[in-house]
Amino acid sequence: MIQVQELRKAFGPIVAVDGVSFEVALGDVLGFLGPNGAGKSTTMKMLSCFLPPDGGAATVDGHDIVRDPVAVRRAIGYLPENAPAYEEMVPEAFLRFVCEARGIGGARRRDAIDKVTQTCALDSVMHQPIGTLSKGYRRRLGLAQALVHDPKVLILDEPTDGLDPNQKHEVRNLIKELASEKCIIISTHILEEVEAVCNRIIIIARGRVLTDTTPSAVREKEGGTLDEVFRKLTTRGKAAKGGAA
Amino acid sequence: MSACTSIFKREVKSYFATPIAYVFLVIFLFFSSFLTFSKGFFESREASMRLFFSNMPLLFLFLVPAISMRLWAEERRSNSIEFLFTLPVTTGQAVLAKFFAAWSVLVIALALTFPMVLTVSYLGKADPGPIATGYLGSVLMAGAYLAIGSFFSALSRNQVIAFILSVVACGAFLYADSPQAMEFVATHISSRLANMLELISFQTRFESIQLGRLQLRDLAFFLLLSSGWLWATIVLLEERKGA
Repeated sequence: MIQVQELRKAFGPIVAVDGVSFEVALGDVLGFLGPNGAGKSTTMKMLSCFLPPDGGAATVDGHDIVRDPVAVRRAIGYLPENAPAYEEMVPEAFLRFVCEARGIGGARRRDAIDKVTQTCALDSVMHQPIGTLSKGYRRRLGLAQALVHDPKVLILDEPTDGLDPNQKHEVRNLIKELASEKCIIISTHILEEVEAVCNRIIIIARGRVLTDTTPSAVREKEGGTLDEVFRKLTTRGKAAKGGAA
Repeated sequence: MSACTSIFKREVKSYFATPIAYVFLVIFLFFSSFLTFSKGFFESREASMRLFFSNMPLLFLFLVPAISMRLWAEERRSNSIEFLFTLPVTTGQAVLAKFFAAWSVLVIALALTFPMVLTVSYLGKADPGPIATGYLGSVLMAGAYLAIGSFFSALSRNQVIAFILSVVACGAFLYADSPQAMEFVATHISSRLANMLELISFQTRFESIQLGRLQLRDLAFFLLLSSGWLWATIVLLEERKGA
């Protein structure tokens, strides 16, 4: 479903993503882990065709992200970091706009909006300006916006950030439910979340993939909890780099 | 419905969902008629809208950047640009959709000056030719200002900076052939260049259109200039929408 080869992106002198490669198949839930500034969001932005890569290639659902970005965007549901939306709009109008922009009209639009309103539990705030909504509701609206056109590929940048424990639980259940018929990438800082929903893990730091495996394999191979493994992997490189410098 | 039209519709609605459109309309309508009457509309004893249109270049200089400054700066500041450019649209479609949305707000503002047309028709036998070309010229000039404003709005995430840069750039085009500007360029750069300034001046082109002289080169000037700045906006956004 998603093939990524040697993707690179630099912002001036800072190399954010430095030759990242991986593949994700239908039915996979890939957990993208890494410390802040590791290049998780940048990789996701390139896959969703917001940022053009400096090098490397990637295809999403068979479409090349450089040559055919519009087709890729059509196939993807993307929740950006911080779930941005137009603050003066109400969620109902916002979702209607997303449907129209994605070519869903008439009765199909009504059904689609009803469905995501329910799955994301937005009914109570549908007519309240987005600017006045709490962080949790905004995040859920972002999720609704990413799901409304029933895309095959979901790219969710920190989907549970800012949610309360109950909401986190619901979103994780939602992701698990969707998993069988979609290809999902989520990024997160919360390691327990990865264990709860993902069947694959990629840990990246300073723009490079450190490991690409499954939650159980990471535990067996490296020993200890995912928490310890994460710390060991992401600080090991730093020590080596410090020594080299 | 295509993504382009839905963005256009959303933008127009957003002008009217916030006070921007109303503040703009009230200020524009007030000053466009206030300046006309204070410049001696009755004293001129002439049933024409010449005085009315003569205010447009200066009014638009400040009011159009006020509309255009939020076009992209706002999207950048709130990060909704990231959402917008992961919808199935190209950069060009998004730039055009937002440009036409802002332009239609300006066209609505101009359309609402219709009482002025009624007034001159009531007072005397007004010649419809110059009135029609005056409106056409105003719409085209507003579009050119707006295209410049859209570029500077895409340049910065700060709306104040976008506003100031747009006013300066629009002012440069407006007053390009003022005696001071021409003299300055002639003494410091070259007199050849000074003469060329006349070609890019909004004031000269607009005056010629609003007097009823509809020349292809004046229309083409505004259209080409607008397209050029919009194209620059697209290039700029392609290059640094993530910045």
